[in-house]
Amino acid sequence: MNKVMDQKRLKDFFIKHIVSIIFIVLSLIGMMLSELSVPYMIGELINRISRNSFLVLSLLIPILAGLGLNFGLVVGAMAGQIAIIIVTYWRIGGLPGFMTCLGIALPIAILFGYLTGKLFNATKGQEMIAGLIVSFFANGLYQFLFLVLAGTAIPMKNSPMIKPDGIGLRNSIALTGTKDHPGIKYALDGIWRMKLCHLIIASAIILCLYQGIRLWLRHRNHQLEKKHKKTFMIYAGLSVVLIGINVAILLGDSMYKNLKVPMVTWFVIALLCTLTWLLMKTKLGQKFRTVGQSQRIAQVSGIHVNGVRIKAVIISTVLAAWGQIIFLQNIGTMNTYGSHMQVGMFSIAAILIGGASVSNAKISHAVTGVILFHMVFIVSPTAGKALFGDAQIGEFFRAFVVYGVIGISLGLHGWKKHMLDQINNAHTRS
Amino acid sequence: MHHIIKKIGLPRLIISVLFIGVLVTAYFQGIEMHMLASDIIRRFGMYGILVLAMVPSIQSGVGPNFALPIGIICGLMGAVISVEFGFIGILGFIFAIIFALPLAILVGYLYGKLLNAVKGSELTIATYTGFSFVQLMCIAWLLLPFSSEQMVWAIGKGLRNTFTLKKTFAYVLNNFWSFHIGDVFIPTGLILFFLGVCLLVFLFTKSSTGTAILAAGMNPQFAEASGVNMDRGRIIANILSTVLAAIGIIVYSSSYGFVQLYGGPLMMAFPAVAAILIGGATAKRAKVSHVLIGVLLFQGLLTTSMPVANKIFPEGNISEMVRMVVQNGIILYALTKVDGRQ
Repeated sequence: MNKVMDQKRLKDFFIKHIVSIIFIVLSLIGMMLSELSVPYMIGELINRISRNSFLVLSLLIPILAGLGLNFGLVVGAMAGQIAIIIVTYWRIGGLPGFMTCLGIALPIAILFGYLTGKLFNATKGQEMIAGLIVSFFANGLYQFLFLVLAGTAIPMKNSPMIKPDGIGLRNSIALTGTKDHPGIKYALDGIWRMKLCHLIIASAIILCLYQGIRLWLRHRNHQLEKKHKKTFMIYAGLSVVLIGINVAILLGDSMYKNLKVPMVTWFVIALLCTLTWLLMKTKLGQKFRTVGQSQRIAQVSGIHVNGVRIKAVIISTVLAAWGQIIFLQNIGTMNTYGSHMQVGMFSIAAILIGGASVSNAKISHAVTGVILFHMVFIVSPTAGKALFGDAQIGEFFRAFVVYGVIGISLGLHGWKKHMLDQINNAHTRS
Repeated sequence: MHHIIKKIGLPRLIISVLFIGVLVTAYFQGIEMHMLASDIIRRFGMYGILVLAMVPSIQSGVGPNFALPIGIICGLMGAVISVEFGFIGILGFIFAIIFALPLAILVGYLYGKLLNAVKGSELTIATYTGFSFVQLMCIAWLLLPFSSEQMVWAIGKGLRNTFTLKKTFAYVLNNFWSFHIGDVFIPTGLILFFLGVCLLVFLFTKSSTGTAILAAGMNPQFAEASGVNMDRGRIIANILSTVLAAIGIIVYSSSYGFVQLYGGPLMMAFPAVAAILIGGATAKRAKVSHVLIGVLLFQGLLTTSMPVANKIFPEGNISEMVRMVVQNGIILYALTKVDGRQ
């Protein structure tokens, strides 16, 4: 009996996490095929985690509020880029410049979010396609603003951002600034970079201490049992092994020594996770959940559904704007007319790979998704080269994976819903 | 006044006024009107069938066919095979369609099956199915063993991004029975072919199968009750839509003189969706007349706004921005009219 149960549980686990499992397999195959060194891959991965996590996390609230995947993220990213352009024009660099960016982006993103939310309320049931289309629509206006109005209606004299003919902004804008006026590149990442080895050692020590204190408290309250001791021993053993490995790496001269983590960026990401989690515990968070489960029930229980939905979109848009600023301060050059367009798609693909669906997402999905998605992204060109002798194929495969994941996830969700509907219909008939 | 607006439809009214405004501006700017007229007529025939592909899918209740690239790729495949075999002139054109048809029917059938399994959020799924199919085919264009010198890279492997049809079937329809009215070039063959296909689709919608599909699309519950097989209707409509997209892109490529592979088809669904919506269709109802009006207005507006915008503002690509805003604004407007409340 037990065996059957276990098998069923295993099967359920596989079905539930099928997308993530496929991606783990894909990235492992890719890692084997590609000739990239492991330290290089880990370094790239750290870089991409710090760059993209904030953007992916900005998807959470709309999913929980029943709006599905917010393809309108792109509009938020535009707000972030408008702020970056303004701050670069004023030549405010470093951390002050970065903070000014966040400040300027806030009201713009709130306005954009409000308008997008209004649109989503007018297109209920079609929010995802509306989000995709609105990003194209907004892109037309964005291009008009920076290709036509900048330098003509909006005077931007003598700025290095303006094209040589004086009309419109250049295709790419460097955020490195000049010697006298540094830009916002690495404004956040560069505050404090810690060696990965040091970080792991520190984490291991903290974990050990935490478990030790818990053990001691239990001991003082006379609640100590055998299993608690066992748990502590496991943690302690693990920590010692980790510390050992990392000390060995630091003493040796492998490439792993030089891997660094932008601590402040990671702290900001952790803070966002915590705040999102806390928000879902508040009254507003409860409203998000209720509206997400059923708009009708929410309406009956006196919740102003449309208002709640708009709030969810505004939060998402503001976070997307800030996420884009964090993303670009890491990249260091802004592709004026292209940087924002990929944001929605990549973030959505990442969160889906992490195991989220159209109606359910957790913080862990976002974090797992970023790691898996970018692992495949790092290895696929070189893997494609190794397999077919052509890196181009890896690139195409990468794009296919992004679109395919979104298509398949939405398809599966639609299929489940369709099945449920049929079962419900059968019930109502009988 | 309000009544008149309601009758014509707000989007159609706005685009018409814009179109007339741009035309008048073009006249006063001294842009050669006969060139403009020739261009509008040519693009009307070029884009027409791609827009026509929207009719069956809207009528069957699936909504506008955002997965148009799927059919387009079948058509491109047909064109590529035809060139590979070395068919020339009108034969090349006909064989491109013959090679594309079985592919389009098969793919349309499979895609219709898929859509029947995921009722509810078809539009987004369609868009991304189309996108991923285009990317998958990018790999195929690189790897498939084609050898015609007109199509493959001289160095390296795979088909070119864009290749010319000059030696095969470029302009075969445009030049068929063509003549000039004054200085305006009339591509008779192209227009006749488009109108002929329109007529066939119109006759199909009036046939018993077409009426059943229409009824099921309009009122699913009623259709189910009266014993119409909805799923079968949706599959037939999808096959038709995919076949039309395949034929549409062959006509487009022939009239344009080039075949665009790889990322070319990626964004082709959106202008086609916008055109039929401007013509007066909704996400639930479409007629062949909507296609004719929509293509004329939308392509007309785009064709005329290009030289006009360039005269006023030589730098920057204003007509492209106008296209983005108009095209996607129209689609958004139509989405607000879809009743998807659960």
